[in-house]
Amino acid sequence: MRQDVHILIVDDEIIMRDSLSEWLREDGYKVVAVEDGFQALEKVKREKWDVLLVDLKMPRMDGLEVLEKVKEFNEEIPVIIMTAYATVDSAVRAMKKGAYDYIVKPFNPEEIGLAIRKIIAYQDLLKENIYLRQELEKKYEFKDIIGKSHKMQEVFALVKTVAKSNSTVLIESESGTGKELVARAIHSSSLRSEGPFVAVSCAALPESLLESELFGHEKGAFTGAVSAKKGRFELADTGTLFLDEIGEISQKTQVNLLRVLEEKEFRRVGGTELIKTDVRIIAATNKDLKARVEEGKFREDLYYRINVVSIQLPPLRDRKEDIPLLVQHFLTKYCIENKKEFEGLSEEASRILMKYDWPGNVRELENVIERAVVVAKERIILPEDLPPLAQLGGKFKPTSDMPLREVEKEHMLHALESHNWNITKTAKTLGIDRNTLASKIKKYQIKKR
Amino acid sequence: VSRIFILPIGFIDPAILRIVSRKVAARLNYNCKVLQNMEEPSYAFEPQRKQYSSSRILKEILNKERSHPVADGAAKLLGVVDVDLCTPILTFIFGEAQLGGRAALISLSRLRQEYYGLSPNPGLLMERAVKEAVHELGHTFGLTHCSNTKCVMYFSNSIRNVDVKTDRLCNGCCMLLSEKKRSVLE
Repeated sequence: MRQDVHILIVDDEIIMRDSLSEWLREDGYKVVAVEDGFQALEKVKREKWDVLLVDLKMPRMDGLEVLEKVKEFNEEIPVIIMTAYATVDSAVRAMKKGAYDYIVKPFNPEEIGLAIRKIIAYQDLLKENIYLRQELEKKYEFKDIIGKSHKMQEVFALVKTVAKSNSTVLIESESGTGKELVARAIHSSSLRSEGPFVAVSCAALPESLLESELFGHEKGAFTGAVSAKKGRFELADTGTLFLDEIGEISQKTQVNLLRVLEEKEFRRVGGTELIKTDVRIIAATNKDLKARVEEGKFREDLYYRINVVSIQLPPLRDRKEDIPLLVQHFLTKYCIENKKEFEGLSEEASRILMKYDWPGNVRELENVIERAVVVAKERIILPEDLPPLAQLGGKFKPTSDMPLREVEKEHMLHALESHNWNITKTAKTLGIDRNTLASKIKKYQIKKR
Repeated sequence: VSRIFILPIGFIDPAILRIVSRKVAARLNYNCKVLQNMEEPSYAFEPQRKQYSSSRILKEILNKERSHPVADGAAKLLGVVDVDLCTPILTFIFGEAQLGGRAALISLSRLRQEYYGLSPNPGLLMERAVKEAVHELGHTFGLTHCSNTKCVMYFSNSIRNVDVKTDRLCNGCCMLLSEKKRSVLE
C-alpha cells in the first residue's frame, strides 16, 4: 500500500528475515533485511529508514544494544523490538531505551500490521506538522527579516508597498535592528532586483574618501589616485544604493548628494564629465535626523529629499514577542554552522533572554545565541551559556549622550518594574516620597510595558 | 494459453475446487484447471505450533512442478489445503504467495465458520475461499495490498476483513494486473 515506506529488518535467523520481508513486501513496503547489528548500524548511517524491526536475541550485538546505538545516531527512528523469548524485564528495558514497541514472535498478523501503520500515520502527522510550522514561519519571515509582532508585520507590509515604487526611502532605527536587511528586502522585491545592490557605510570613511567612494575619481585627482575608479553611484547604476548612517556625512558631501538626487547626474572627483545615474537611494540612520536638521547639522532640503518614505524599525525591546522566533532562527543557523544539535533553551535561559532589554537589538541577540551554541556543553542552552551582560536581566545603562530627563525616566521605570509597580517600595528605594514619585510618573508619562 | 493450475493438497471438497476454479478464471481472466490431489502435508507439520508451515508446502508445490512439469513458465500454481497454516513470524495466515512468482497457497481451515465455534456455512466458505484464492494469485502477478476495503487485494489479517472485501479487483489493481500480465507476455 505504501511504496515509499522503508523498513529495515535485523534478525540473525534467515528464515525469520525471509518470512517477515516477504510478508511486508506483500503489504507494499520497501524492505531490506540484515543479519546483525553491525550491518544495521551501517545501513542506518547511510540511508533513511522509516521503521526498524530488530530481533532481541542476536549474537555479538543484541537488539537492545542495536536500539541504543541507533538512538544515539538518530533519536527519531522508530524501533520495534521483536522476540520469541518475551520477559517483562527485557520489555521494560527496551521501552526505557526508547523502543516504539515490543512484540512477541510469532506475531498476530493484525498486531504487527497495526504497529507499522500506527508508526507511518504518526510520521505522516509529524511531517505535516513540520510542513505547517514552516508555512506559518514563512508568514513571519520576509526576505530574511523575522518577526511576527504587529510592529514587524506593519514593516513587512510597508516594505512590500514601497518596493513597487521608485521613491527614496529613509530607514530610521537603532543600531542592530536590521536596517540593511530591510534595504535589501526593498531592493529584491523591486523592479530593480535584477540590478546591483550596493551598500556604503557613510560613518566608516573620512570625508575625502567618502566623496571618492560615492562618486569615484579620475586618475591623479588626489595623491594616491594612480588610476581612475568608479564610485558606488556608478556601480549601483540601474540598481539600489544603500547609504547607511547618512546622518554622519559632512555638509560638503550633503551638497553633492543633494545635487545627484535632484539632477540624476554627477562628476567623479577630479573629473569634468557629467555622468548620468539611474539609482534608487535607500538611506538609513540611527540618529534623530530631524533633530540634526534643527541643530543645523543636516541640510533640511536633503532631509526632505531622502525622507520621501520613512520606515521606522522597532527596537527589539519593543517587540519582545519576536524573541523566541529569532532565537529559534539563530539557533538553527548556528547549529548548522557548528555542526551541533540542541533541543532548545532551558526555561531559565529563555526567561533571561525575554527579560533583557537588548540595547544592541537583533545583532546583540544573534551574537549571544552564536556564543551560546559554541560554549554550551549540554543538549539545551543553560543560563551559564549566556554572556554575563544578558544575565543581568536588562539593567538600565545610561549613556553620556542621553538627556537627563530620559535618564531619570528610564531609571524610575526600571525601579518600578523591579518592585512590581509598588509605589511605596519604589519611592523608598529611590529616596523620594510617594507623592514626588507619583508626580514624576505623570510628568514623564511612565507606563507599564 | 497461460493457465492457473489448482492443486488440492490432501482431501479438498471437489465442489469448492470447482467454484474456486470458475471464479478465479473469471476474476483474473485466465484459464483454470484443477490437478490431481497431492499427498497430505504431514511433512510441513510443526509440533510446537500444532500448525503447518506454509513455506514448506509452497516449496513442495514448486518441487513437484519441477519434477513433473504440467505448466509453462508463465502459468501460476495455486495450492489448496485444509490445515491451519503459519509462518515463522505470524501466528496464522489464510494463505501465502510468492510476490511476482509462480506459486500461491490458501488454507480453508480458518475460513470455516466452525473454526470460530459457529455452524457450518458452505456458501460463505466458498465465497471466502474464492476471495483468498484471487488475493494470493494477485500477489503472484506482483500486486501488493490495496487500501480499498472492497478490493480483493485488501489485506485480510482477520476473518472480518475477509468478509468485508469483495472477490473483485478495484479499478486501480485491475489496471496494474493488465500491465503486469502484459509485461510477463512481453
